[in-house]
This record gives sequence, C-alpha cells and structure tokens, in this order.
Amino acid sequence: MKPILVKGSEAIALGALEAGCRCYFGYPITPQNEIPELMARELPKRGGVFLQAESELAAVNMLLGAASTGVRAMTSSSSPGISLMAETFSYLAALELPAVVVNVSRGGPGLGGIEASQGDYFQATRGAGHGDYHFLVLSPASIQEAYELTAKAFELAEKYRQPAMILTDALLGQMKEPLRPRKLRLKKYPKDWALTGAKGRPGRTLRSLYLGPGELRARNELLQKKYRAMRREARAKVLYAEDAELAVTAFGSLSRIVKEAVEMAREKGYPVAFVRPVTLFPFPEKPFRELAARGVRFLVVELNCGQMVEDVRLSVCGRSEVELQAFPPSDLPAPEDIYRRIKRCLAAGK
Amino acid sequence: MKAFTFPQVLTDRSFHYCPGCHHGIAHRLLAEVLEELGVQERAYGVASIGCACFLYYYFDVDICEAPHGRACAAATGAKRARPELVVFTYQGDGDFAAIGLTESLHAAARGERITAIMINNTVYGMTGGQLSPTTLPGQRTTTTPEGRDPRVYGYPLKVAEILAGFPGVAFCARVAVNTPKRVREAKEALRKAFLAQIENRGFGYVEFLSACPVNWKLDAVRAAEKVNELTETFPLGVFRDEV
Repeated sequence: MKPILVKGSEAIALGALEAGCRCYFGYPITPQNEIPELMARELPKRGGVFLQAESELAAVNMLLGAASTGVRAMTSSSSPGISLMAETFSYLAALELPAVVVNVSRGGPGLGGIEASQGDYFQATRGAGHGDYHFLVLSPASIQEAYELTAKAFELAEKYRQPAMILTDALLGQMKEPLRPRKLRLKKYPKDWALTGAKGRPGRTLRSLYLGPGELRARNELLQKKYRAMRREARAKVLYAEDAELAVTAFGSLSRIVKEAVEMAREKGYPVAFVRPVTLFPFPEKPFRELAARGVRFLVVELNCGQMVEDVRLSVCGRSEVELQAFPPSDLPAPEDIYRRIKRCLAAGK
Repeated sequence: MKAFTFPQVLTDRSFHYCPGCHHGIAHRLLAEVLEELGVQERAYGVASIGCACFLYYYFDVDICEAPHGRACAAATGAKRARPELVVFTYQGDGDFAAIGLTESLHAAARGERITAIMINNTVYGMTGGQLSPTTLPGQRTTTTPEGRDPRVYGYPLKVAEILAGFPGVAFCARVAVNTPKRVREAKEALRKAFLAQIENRGFGYVEFLSACPVNWKLDAVRAAEKVNELTETFPLGVFRDEV
C-alpha cells in the first residue's frame, strides 16, 4: 500500500473512518480542526453524520445520544474543550457507552497556549468528571500509530462497553509523516443494550440514577470489576531492558525525543532502557515492576510539571528510585537536554 | 363507541408524583399520542434531570438519561444516528430554559426532527421550589423569599414565544391541563408536535403549564386554579403550526 503524507489529526480521522465511525460531533478548537474538517468532507459521502455543535457541551451530549443507539460515534477537542465535556464523560462512563473521544491537548492551565503539552494526563487517566470511573486511554507516538490506535479505540470501547480516549498533543496532531492507511480487522461485539426502538421487546433504559438501598454500591462494584478486567489491555513498548541500570520513560510524541536521547546514550555505552506506555489507563505496571525488581532506576520525562511520574511511582512502589525531568509547556526539549540528565542520573547511581 | 382503555405505552407502575401535580396528566397524554400515532416501537425518549427523571419507570419505550439541560443535544445525537426513531425529550423549565437553554435553542434553530416537551411549573420542583427562569414577578420561592424582584432577577422567559420565531420550528404551542377542554387541546398539540418530526417538517415543541402544589404551598384544587393566573403571563395557544 502506498503511503500518504498526512498530519496526526488527519490520521486520527482516517483511523476512525477505517473503524466504521458513523457519527462525528464537535466544536472548533485549535490544534485539532483537521479532524472535524476531514470528517465534514468524508462522513456524508459514506452515509455517515457530521454535525458541528454549538459548544463542546452539546457535542459530547450528541455523542452520548448517538452512542446510546449503538452506532460507532466520536468527538474530538483540545484541552479547554475537553474540560467542558467532563461532566458528560462521567455520564458516558456511568451509562457504559462505547464512545470515542480524542484530546489533541495543548498547554494549560486556563487558556494556556496552543503548543504541545501533556498537562492533561491526570484529567485523562483520573476521569475528569465526578464519581469513581475511568476512560480507557490510548496514547500514540507516531502518525501510523495515531491511525491504528484510534481504530483500536472503537474496538476496545465496544469490547468493554466503555468510553475510550485518544490522548495526543499539538506536536503529533500538527506534524506530517507518511501513513499507510492499511485495512484493519476489528472485532464487533453484540449490542443487546442499544436503544434502537422497542420492537418485539420491552423498552430499554440507559440510566445512572440509583436510589434504592445498595443499588449504587452494586453499580460501582460492577464498574470497578470491569476496570480491573481492562488491565489485560495494558500495553507498553520496552527497549534495551536486558542490561539497563536506568529506564527512561515517556509517553506520546515526547517519547520520540526521549527515545533519541536513550539511543545517544547507548551509543556512548550507557546502560539505559526505554519504556513507553501505550495505554495510559490501564497503566502498564508490569514492565515497571519487573525492572524495579532488578534494581533498575527510573527517569520519567514529561511535557508537564510531573503527572505520569505518579503512576510510575505507584507501579514501582518504593522498590526503586524514580526521578522526574519535567518540561512545563512552552518549549520542547532537545534530545541533548535529556541525554545530559541521563548521564547525571547514572553518575548519581554509582 | 370507544371504551376507556389504559395506554399500552404506560407500564402499570404507579406515578411517584405529588398529589395534584400535572406530570401524571402529561405522561398519560404522551402515552396516548405515542400509541395512537403507532410509534411505540420506534420511540426514543430522553429523561432529564428533575421530577420527571424517572420517566423510564412509566413508559415502555427506549429511554436514555441525559445530564441536566442536555436533553435536546442527546436527542439530536440519537435522531441523527438513527433517523427512523421518533425522538422526544421531557424536561422541566429549569432543565430546558435555564441550564439547557443553549442546547434547546440550537436544536430548535437547526430544525432537529425531535419533539421537546417542557413542563413549566415556574419553580425547580425536585430541589424544593427555588427560582426558575419562568418564575413570575413577585412569586415567592425558597431562593426569592420576598418574591421575584425584576430589578434583581428580571422577567420570566417566554419560551414558546421565542421558539415561534424560529424557521426550524414546525410546531410550537403552550397548553395547560387544568380543565377537561384544555386536556383535549393539549393532546392535539402533542400529536402535532410529534407529526412535525414524523412528517419531517422540523422541531416540535409543547410547553405544559403545570401545577406544583407542594412548592406553591397550595392544595391540589387551588394549585389547578392558580394555573389560570399563570396564563396571564404565559398565554395558551399555538404559536407556530406548519404541520
């Protein structure tokens, strides 16, 4: 298949179309407008629905309505818009709707900026809305992966009857790379819960209000059981683990700069591994636990003030040292910035 | 000769509404209209936040819950995804016209093929009778203990009159159910508000002036009589009819 040159945001839209997404609802916000623009061109041709909403609030509730009828549906936005959607995220999770949300995140807090940032890690992995719930969160590091993980998000969302999020940032969303838009084989799951009209069956209800004694507790226990079952989807890319004394870890687009720094260090003979979580929830604890058990120390590099580092610390659970190299939004680090820190970490460990 | 029957669309569960509340009458009319139009098997309702959030206990049709105020957006998503569904929302005045005014107006402006029902009782009923966007000037509520002062809170929103100016709206009426004649008129309005979407003409809207005896601190009979006073601010009638 001939590769095409597309932006990350376009790759996300193409991945959604490959997954058979039928409905897109959204509201303009930089830096992700290529997603709605591509969907506005392509979805109507395929018999699908594109609708620009009056706000992110409306968009995510249109998504709720469409997903409740059992069709594959999505929305996309960037950080402030995602904050607006947070209340309905809680409802999507409570109603167990397989809906896909894309966050091409930007710098915050507040209006912040429109540059690459990973400041929404907590928001994505901790739920953002009220109550005990989680989204399944995937984070691509390349344009090819943006395409494939977006398609996969639709499959996993249906598998677990569960909202899923693609968390990426302005860097990946706006850069161009060759994409092979290959056919993907995605599983389909029965939708015996979907609201399609009560023909030949009693009316169905999708609700989250439980006032009876013990009802809400049982409901929460069911959700938690599902989140535990989702752990089997945890994925990470691990490189050079065999001889490592230090593992450098990062997610998303930043991981590419970090990987380059790790490779610079290895060329100079430093025993450094690279760990990139692909799923952010469930967090891939296993490689961190195993490396920590061997005495490997960790350097977590993030484009924020330090968020994923907490999940690394929880995974390592005090068995090894975890350091943070934080780059709050504004500037992108060069591989050399991280390379120098790697050398300092290794020297401190001797 | 027609015998009295119980609408099949209603389940046999007793309504939880307070004595004298008009939700029960509105529910019954809605059930009759869905049945008479023959759309029970393709009906999709949105239960909103407020006293009627338990809609799914009483209607044997598919029903989805939406966050407070977002019913018209959720209904838009469902209708766009599956146009064969007959989609309705059932909302209070706080849900439709305060927190959800944006979603309500934009759905109407787009001419969404949905039917929106707003139960206007001039207070937030479920939370205990606070000021709502349709509270009358001078009306006492728990958050306007001295009465709604227009210098502080302005004037009630006349939603039916606002929607009447929207080309996307195919049917728009305000009704009451405190007399037998008005009950019959309300049912006809409801039927037309559904025909608006079934015949692919546009957005359908019916506003019910509804008694809230508990929060108005009146008995059932006096509350029903007070609805007559409401019609001075909120006149009954059909404001737009392209059905």
